[in-house]
Amino acid sequence: MKPYAYVRARSVEEATAAHAARPGARYLAGGTNLVDLMKHGVETPETLVDVSRLPLDGIEELPDGALRIGATVRNSDLAAHPLVRDRHPVLSQALLAGASGQLRNIATTGGNLLQRTRCPYFQDTAKPCNKREPGTGCGARDGIHRDHAVLGHSPHCIATNPSDMAVALAALDATVHLYGPGGERTVPVTDFHRLPGDHPERDTVLEPGELITAVMLPARTAGLPSAYRKARDRASYAFALASVAAVLDVDDAGAVRHVGLAFGGLAHRPWRARLAETALLGAPPTEHAIAHAVDAELGLAQPLRDNAFKVPLARNLACRVLSELARR
Amino acid sequence: MPGTATSAASRTATSAATRTRVPAAPARALGAAAERLEGLDKVTGAARYATELAHTPPDCAYAWPVPATVASGRVTAVDTAAALALPGTLAVLTPDTAPRLGEPDDPNLAVLQHHTVPHRGWYVALAVAETLPDARAAAAAVHVTYAAEPHDVTLTPDHPGAYEPQEANGGHPARRERGDAAAAFAAAPVHVDATYRIPPLHNHPMEPHAAYARWDGDHLTVYDSSQGAGPVHAVLARLFGLRRDQVTVVSQHVGGGFGSKGTPRPHVVLAAMAARHTGRPVKLALPRGHLAAVVGHRAPTLHRVRLGAERDGTLTSVSHEVTTHTSRIREFVEQAAVPARVMYASPHSLTTHRAVPLDVPTPSWMRAPGEAPGMYALESAMDELAGALGLDPVELRVRNDPATDPDSGLPFSSRHLVECLREGARLFGWADRDPRPAVRREGTLLTGTGVAAATYPVLLSPSTATVTALHDGGYAVAVNATDIGTGARTVLAQIAADALGVALDSVRIDIGSTRLPRAPLAGGSSGTASWGWAVHAACTRLTERLARHAGPLPVEGLTASADTTEEAGRTPPFARHAFGAHFAEVQVDTVTGEVRVRRLLGVYAAGRILNPRTARSQFIGGMTMGLGMALTEHSTMDPAFGDFAEHDLASYHVPSHADVPSAPDIDAYWVEEEDPHLNPMGSKGIGEIGIVGTPAAIGNAVHHATGIRFRELPLTPDRVLPALA
Amino acid sequence: MSASHAAPAQAPTRSRVTLQVNGSPRTLTVDHRATLLDVLREDLGLTGAKKGCDHGQCGACTVLVDGRRANSCLLLAVAQDGTEIITVEGLAAGGELHPVQQAFLDRDAYQCGYCTPGQLCSAVGLFAEAAAGHPSYVTDPTRPSGQGPVELTAEEIRERMSGNLCRCGAYPNIVAAVEDVTR
Repeated sequence: MKPYAYVRARSVEEATAAHAARPGARYLAGGTNLVDLMKHGVETPETLVDVSRLPLDGIEELPDGALRIGATVRNSDLAAHPLVRDRHPVLSQALLAGASGQLRNIATTGGNLLQRTRCPYFQDTAKPCNKREPGTGCGARDGIHRDHAVLGHSPHCIATNPSDMAVALAALDATVHLYGPGGERTVPVTDFHRLPGDHPERDTVLEPGELITAVMLPARTAGLPSAYRKARDRASYAFALASVAAVLDVDDAGAVRHVGLAFGGLAHRPWRARLAETALLGAPPTEHAIAHAVDAELGLAQPLRDNAFKVPLARNLACRVLSELARR
Repeated sequence: MPGTATSAASRTATSAATRTRVPAAPARALGAAAERLEGLDKVTGAARYATELAHTPPDCAYAWPVPATVASGRVTAVDTAAALALPGTLAVLTPDTAPRLGEPDDPNLAVLQHHTVPHRGWYVALAVAETLPDARAAAAAVHVTYAAEPHDVTLTPDHPGAYEPQEANGGHPARRERGDAAAAFAAAPVHVDATYRIPPLHNHPMEPHAAYARWDGDHLTVYDSSQGAGPVHAVLARLFGLRRDQVTVVSQHVGGGFGSKGTPRPHVVLAAMAARHTGRPVKLALPRGHLAAVVGHRAPTLHRVRLGAERDGTLTSVSHEVTTHTSRIREFVEQAAVPARVMYASPHSLTTHRAVPLDVPTPSWMRAPGEAPGMYALESAMDELAGALGLDPVELRVRNDPATDPDSGLPFSSRHLVECLREGARLFGWADRDPRPAVRREGTLLTGTGVAAATYPVLLSPSTATVTALHDGGYAVAVNATDIGTGARTVLAQIAADALGVALDSVRIDIGSTRLPRAPLAGGSSGTASWGWAVHAACTRLTERLARHAGPLPVEGLTASADTTEEAGRTPPFARHAFGAHFAEVQVDTVTGEVRVRRLLGVYAAGRILNPRTARSQFIGGMTMGLGMALTEHSTMDPAFGDFAEHDLASYHVPSHADVPSAPDIDAYWVEEEDPHLNPMGSKGIGEIGIVGTPAAIGNAVHHATGIRFRELPLTPDRVLPALA
Repeated sequence: MSASHAAPAQAPTRSRVTLQVNGSPRTLTVDHRATLLDVLREDLGLTGAKKGCDHGQCGACTVLVDGRRANSCLLLAVAQDGTEIITVEGLAAGGELHPVQQAFLDRDAYQCGYCTPGQLCSAVGLFAEAAAGHPSYVTDPTRPSGQGPVELTAEEIRERMSGNLCRCGAYPNIVAAVEDVTR
């Protein structure tokens, strides 16, 4: 870590202006991942613009029933919020499945969306990694990759997104609100994270200097049955081998009216299972229909040498969670 | 039948005549559940570990090592210009500029003494700076150029480089043969022939290796996180060409070691070097990410176990052949076939070790080296044999309990494995067990139970100690013992109190410094026996001296010393081992392949238990590490880069709170064992046996739950789920 | 401190901060790179908070920041200006051990002691979280919000304490100690 400057912003405008004025500036919120990566030498900011005390720490219900979550709301506060627990249990559960109590007290909503892969080759500056240093190659593809992607990876990168929260947000049709030099804009969370393609160095569609100001949960998924399940190497405090976030609404006739299904631990971004959703919509969510739909999605999987187990793992998790929701 | 309560009792009775001594005073402190003497310091943050100074000297510098980024080759250049240009950098030591040292016995301590890189992560430079952030930045700015060589880091059973060493770790012969194991195996009506694999494992004590070093003229003072200040002292004196009285090493509180701090590790040499080079006190705490490469690991082991038995379960042939890796610079061979020499009666036996030197870090001790991996393989095979025979696995072990040590032919000083198995079975409710595998289903969960035996040898080293009767009525015990979390302080004070015939609170104990009487390291489950014998002897001598002493005590008090070199050097005509039995209940999630332990029980026969409070903690602690070995822990050698992929605590999964059952679902018990052939306390070591049988008990329970025999650890979803399909 | 829109040529890399540490204001100049953990341990001599991993992966550095448990190894000291920090050294009030410290002694809930300060601070933090009704991953998800404190069963304690690793394996005794305090 080289010495760097530090400025604490008092407003969103001040933050983005400070960021724009300083080459090599990075926003600091909770810092749980940024400080970690700075110690690894992966992040080398010249200035930290501290946004952790911006007035973005509120959770607010909008007149239409949508929920606006400020970017600096701590993960623990978001998980414990009554409206989140009661209307979006999948989000509360996903947050509580991640990290630890003390980390969730630090980590923010915006920061969680921006956390970077835990790929060991990415974290080790002495090894090749196209994400960290484009053009150097991917150490994981032929290396140790049990934990890596089975969906949507590219020849350049097989990293996974480590977030639990983002998987729930993907299933909930959340949107991400951004503020930057170009003004405000809104991006569906499913479009916020990128697939690696030819540019694995870009995790998200965030433009330089843009700041996440809020995440919006739409009213249409509020109150629907939802759940999060995560499989991991130890019983707690571990990243997902695979996880599933599901929202399922069945109409009075027993047919699927709405479904949101997303996988974690399988891809460079939370993997919204559109194929499976399309297959399920409008028909009764029988065990057979669920299995058929999930298989259709996971038919896209291209497992690597050592991570084929993730496909049946994700399949079992998804079938289990959807079946449980269907029985509610 | 050997091993029943009756015969064990009679064995004890007949040998009681050779009892070395009867305690002078009625035992009061020993056997009591005394609280740890340093407890208050530990719960208030007052206990200070190696680099934790109440007042860090204003001129204290911080050091940060630079690891090699090739797995084999030579350092051709170290460019320090950028690092030296950074604010706060004081120096960068390199193989060209570091102070020259004497030749160490352990080549891993010849840090910055040559340009060869024996493995990735080997230290090739050391940055020293004003502050921690400065030191980290300086280390990152050091640019090292290498002439890299091809490397080989992959252990295979048929590796052409495999050889049979003279000895495995602990001085055990690499090969032992009795009878004709192959012929007996071929002739046996019932067989098990199975291979097991255990991955590399890492100790990862919570306190990373750290040292504070300071030179006062020609005197070197080091505070080191070590299991033994004595060995550190000896090594530093030799490396820096100092007389012993020119070196002081302090290891007051140590945040765990589990073998990885048994002998000096490179950090302490680097700290002393940096302090000498800069003329300033230096703190060096290794980053967690370096530990996997530089402080040792449990080597991976490949096991082939062949058991031949009669139809009634009587073993006729036991073979255990182990292949493991070692480094290119120091031979360390995990003695994983050794426990098979002592466990079961069999007229024919073959136990061998082969090692493959690779471009890997030197393996080292990790809690129960040899026994932990070896007993996973042997006790899994015994479970397989029980299944093949249709015999209860407890009964199979009871049936093969030997009357004398199968390897040496010596009688056991005490052996109560059968009692452990029987008592464990009773406590665990084993009698109600349906032996059929894969028939217990609770929703998506399969459940099962398993058993395995455990053993650990009785080891002993010479020690000295002194005790002084003080004017205020107290007694001061001094011994350079180390408390790495075992409760050594407390139990040594208990030993002293009883030997002196005084109350525990009148004993003061001073440990963890080379200013104190010489003593061995905390390792091999031998600390209490080794230090305790010396403390006991000194206290006994003082008691006699006080009895002869007339009039008031001299101003300096009255002191007695002891040196157990002679006692420790005797070879008693007994095989001396602790034994135990582990029972586990698991659930296997058929949706995810996740395995969780529901219940875990250990029952031990380990001589006299000197402090049931701390003993129970150590037993359960060992079982917890065994749970990790079974379910969550593994390191993976990266063939391309030549390092362990898991270099942090997010990827190397030691068990978390949520993985470990809470009371009463986890517990440790022991059978009363009186063994007069051990030491004056009658104790066996207890620090390691808890890990020994646990992985096999859990693995056997997973077999009982699923009907699937896994022969490679750990039992993570990537392994379990595909097998369930 | 505030942002100025033009970047100064030589922006300072150190700042003066005031931390309320265990009830006392401590004003010092910190390197922007310094973590709260390093400032506590190296500058303030408060070595109770431990450095086990320095990456938020072990919990040994856990302290209370404005009453909430946090990994001090990931908090930059400069960003903590004005916060209230309680370390293990500050848990005992007026010479009286905090009940959870006493329970750790009673239950032998520590061995080497290196994770102990973090376990203790974490336990104090989780008491407040459970009292406030915060759920955990093992709390019944159908339990509606607003039902008051969460009952700290052994399973709840294990899950909520899982951010504090203990290599000695003192977990069962730690859980028993935490349970003692909740009774």
